[in-house]
This record gives sequence, structure tokens and C-alpha cells, in this order.
Amino acid sequence: MKSSAGAIAIPILCVVLILSVLIALTIGAYPITLEGFWSAIARLWSGESAQTPEERVLLNIRGPRVIAGILVGASLASAGVVYQGLFRNPLVSPDILGVSAGAGLGAVLGIFLSLPLAAIQGLAFVGGIATVSLVYVIASAVRGRDPTLVLVLGGVVVGALAGAAISLLKILADPYDQLPAITFWLLGSLASTRGAEITGALPAVLIGLVPLVLLRWRINVLSLGDEEARSLGMEAGRVRAAVIAAATLMTASVVAISGVIGWVGLVIPHIARMIVGPNFERLLPTAALMGASYLVLVDVLARSIARIEVPIGILTAVVGAPFFLWLLWRGRHGWS
Amino acid sequence: MMRIEAEALAFGYPEHPVGRDASLSVGAGEVMCLLGPNGCGKTTLFRTLLGLLPPQGGRVLLGGEDIGALPRAETARRIAYVPQAQAEMFPYTALDLVLMGRIAHRGMFAGPSSEDIAISRQALADLGIAALAERDVTRLSGGQRQLVIVARALAQAAPLIVMDEPTASLDFGNQVRVLSEVRRLAGRDIGIVLSTHDPDHAFAVATRVALMADGKIVASGPPREILTSERLRSVYGVEVSVEVLSDGRSVCSPKW
Repeated sequence: MKSSAGAIAIPILCVVLILSVLIALTIGAYPITLEGFWSAIARLWSGESAQTPEERVLLNIRGPRVIAGILVGASLASAGVVYQGLFRNPLVSPDILGVSAGAGLGAVLGIFLSLPLAAIQGLAFVGGIATVSLVYVIASAVRGRDPTLVLVLGGVVVGALAGAAISLLKILADPYDQLPAITFWLLGSLASTRGAEITGALPAVLIGLVPLVLLRWRINVLSLGDEEARSLGMEAGRVRAAVIAAATLMTASVVAISGVIGWVGLVIPHIARMIVGPNFERLLPTAALMGASYLVLVDVLARSIARIEVPIGILTAVVGAPFFLWLLWRGRHGWS
Repeated sequence: MMRIEAEALAFGYPEHPVGRDASLSVGAGEVMCLLGPNGCGKTTLFRTLLGLLPPQGGRVLLGGEDIGALPRAETARRIAYVPQAQAEMFPYTALDLVLMGRIAHRGMFAGPSSEDIAISRQALADLGIAALAERDVTRLSGGQRQLVIVARALAQAAPLIVMDEPTASLDFGNQVRVLSEVRRLAGRDIGIVLSTHDPDHAFAVATRVALMADGKIVASGPPREILTSERLRSVYGVEVSVEVLSDGRSVCSPKW
């Protein structure tokens, strides 16, 4: 039964995440043995400054990268679970309301204006939030139709506009200096994340996560549709607005540090739902843990399968697209 | 005693009025059956009675208070809704779905308590479907799913229940099962408003019948008085005869 699977899935996934983190910390261009790893961790833990190459690699490069992977993967998967439940459609993903396109536009604008990294990330965040707010205003202005459908269509339209603006900036950008940076950013990467970016994104992710945890039962009810949720005694419109705001905040803040990483928010919620069922109380932690492990492991591939760093968004697409075809081919029963 | 009363209710949308002058009153143990052809406005009337659509005129009273002035949770504690079962939904277990009926009794940030789980299991047991608790609702038959939604209305613990065509698309046995549950609920002093397409269902369960055509209630009263062959012919446009059986029950049959 799915309920009993839920009880053991979470401890198992915690172990998987710990193993993924160990793999990610030890494998790479500078391999670290397990003994070297433990002694380095012990020294760093006791508060000493990094001295050996192992310690510097762990503290300055791989550590932040692994934490960013956990943060980004867990956030995208959580937001995906929320959006799929809310829009009652298993094919939507965190970028359905134009978050990624808006954040992308913000970041590309920042690169185009040769702004410093922190400003680029700030613009990405503002762009993501602004796009979703615009979509929400449009949906509120169009009354008398299915509000969910109007939101999704509004997201598609505004996302396409942002996409057009990104293309314009790419044409105008300096092809030797700015264009590669723009392309790399739009494909997503954890390569440039350092401690400062993580401490910038972490509070926003946590602020987004708190309402999702608190409203977990009500998010189940929302997935029945507005009318049924209201007849069960819920102020559906208000709860939906709060939940969308929370999931958008999480998505925009991680897109700001990692660039656009597709497919995670679409594929991971599906696998999580197959394992523990659709009840949000179990689904949210399951998807978050799976998303974190998945992105940490894919990032190991991104930096180790080729001599150059492969943008992680390419790898998540290479893994995600066939998986999705398999889902289609397998046929579907209900929305499991 | 909790009653639902509609007074000179006009319902529909500002740019698209559906019906007007609907008045009705249903209380504990009463079963009001709404009959009328497709598209006569039954579902729109129900949505207005439940406060899901604002009235375009007149008002709806729940326990004497205007439904528009009540918070949603308070409304849900007074009146429950059994919508027509959705085709597409996530594969919740029957118990998860019934538990959602408890949301109006709990705070904004709460999860279901052990009391909620006990009440929900009891609701399933009351309808004889306790064994379905852990089953995936998308894999249940139409009749079982309808009973799960009725169980959710029971768990909601409201003294009034509105059911939108609870027998639609059910096979004969499941229709009888759902209707016998309606009778039992009325016996437990729950007031019920339901719609149906079959006059025989009204004869079977209703204490009162309202006959609707073109958004208006053209007649209402005890089933025997209202469901005459002349009225059924004028509302549905087909020849019907209403017979009284030897045991005193009425049945309706078309004239071929």
C-alpha cells in the first residue's frame, strides 16, 4: 500500500541523500579518499582554517556546490508538487506561470548591462516574481472564466513575451563576452555558486517553505478544484494565492543562483507520487528529498563526464525527456 | 433546528440570468427532490443555495442567517455538498478524501487529528464501505466513488446535505443503494436537497418535490400531488402515466 510505502520512503531517501552528498564531495577533478575526507572534515569541524588542498576544495568549491544542489533540487521539486496539485494537472512544472522566463529575462538583462554577479541574481529574482505577479493581475482582470485555466494561459503568454525579450537581448549582446555567459546561464549551472549566494537564497527558500508545510492539508483540498474546496469550508482563492506566492518565491530564489534548470520540477514530483501517493503531507518531504539527491548527483555528472563543465540543464533534459516519454508510453491510470 | 430557506431567489450570472423566483425551505429529516429537464438550472440553483454563486436577487438563509454573511467554514459546518463525481483527480485513498470533509472543523494550519480519522472511518462504516478506506478512489466503481463522497459529507457533520444528481451514471443496483442511503440519512434527521432525472426516485425518497422548468419552480409539494401525468407531460414533453401499486407506492411509466 502507498501509505506504508510513505512511512519507509522518507528514512530511505534521507540515507540516499547522505550517500549522494558523500559521492559529490569526494568525486571530481581532485579526487579525495574517504580517509582524507574524514580527517579534513574533522579539522574543519574543529574550527581550523582550510590548509590542505582537500580542505580548500571541500570548503570553497564542493561544499557550496553540494549545498546549492540540495537547495535548488529540493525547491524545484517542492514547487513542482505544489503547482501540479494546484493546477490539477500532472504536466505542469514550476515554470508554468512564467517564473523561469521572467527570471531568465532579469538575469540576461543584468549580464547585458555588465552588472556584478549579485546584481544579476537580484534582477533574476525580481524578474521571476514580477512575471508571476503580472500573470496573476491578468488572471484577476479576466473574470467569469475558469480561474486556473486563465492563470496557465496568462503564464504561457507572458512567458513567451519574456522569451522574445531574451532573444532580442541575445542578438544585441556582445558575442564574445556576454553571449556565452547568457547561454551558460540560461542552461543552468551550479559551477559559480559560492557561500555568499547560498546565504542570500536560503532565507527566501525557507520563507517559501513554511506556508507550504503549514497549509499541507489544505493544498490537498485545493487539488479538488475551487468549487469543491469552497464547499468543504475553505477560502480557496486566498489559500491558492498564498501557496502560489510561496512556491514562486522558492523557484525564483533558486533560479537566481543556478540559472534555468528544467525538468526537475516536472519529473521528480511524478516519481514521488508513484512512490507515496498524492497526499501532500507525505508527497512534499518525499519530493524535496528526491529532488535534492537527484540534483546533487546530476551535478557530479555535469562536472565529471567531460573535460569541460556541461551545463546541468542539458543533463536534466537528457534524463528527463526520455523518462517523460516512458510515462506517456506506459499509459496512465488516473494521475499517478 | 437548522433549515435552508431560499426566498424569491434569482440565480445565475449578471450577464446571463438562469432562473428566478425560487423559494424553498428544507429542514431536519426532510428530503426535497428537484426534478426538471436538462439545462433547466438545477445545478446553478444548487451552487447558489450553497453560497458558491452570489444570488442575483432574493436571498438564501442558513439557520436564519444570510449565507453571504457567513464565513466559508461556518457555511460548511451547516451544509455539505455532494457534487457529481469528477472523472479526473489525483489517486487519493478513500480515507484521505473523506478526511477532507473535516477541514471546516480544524484551524488554518492544522493537519487531520486522530479524532478526524476516527470520524472519517465511522462515516465510511456507516455507508458499509469501511473496507474501501485504503483503496485508491480512481480505481473504485462509479457507485463506490459516489458513496465515498457521501461519506465525506457525513464526516463534514453538517445537518443539511445538497446532492447534485447522486444517481447519475450509476447502474441500477448502485442507484438503489445510493437512494436507500438517502432515506437512512433522512431518518437520522439530516435535511437533504437532491436533484434527479427519474420521477420514481422522487416517489422513493422525497418528502417534497419541486418541479423545475426554464429556471422556475413550476410546482412544489408532496410527490403524489405534484408528480401527475399532466405536469410531467408539460415539463418533459412526453406522455407519461403515473400508477399506484397495490402496496400504495406510486410509479411512473412512459406511454409507448
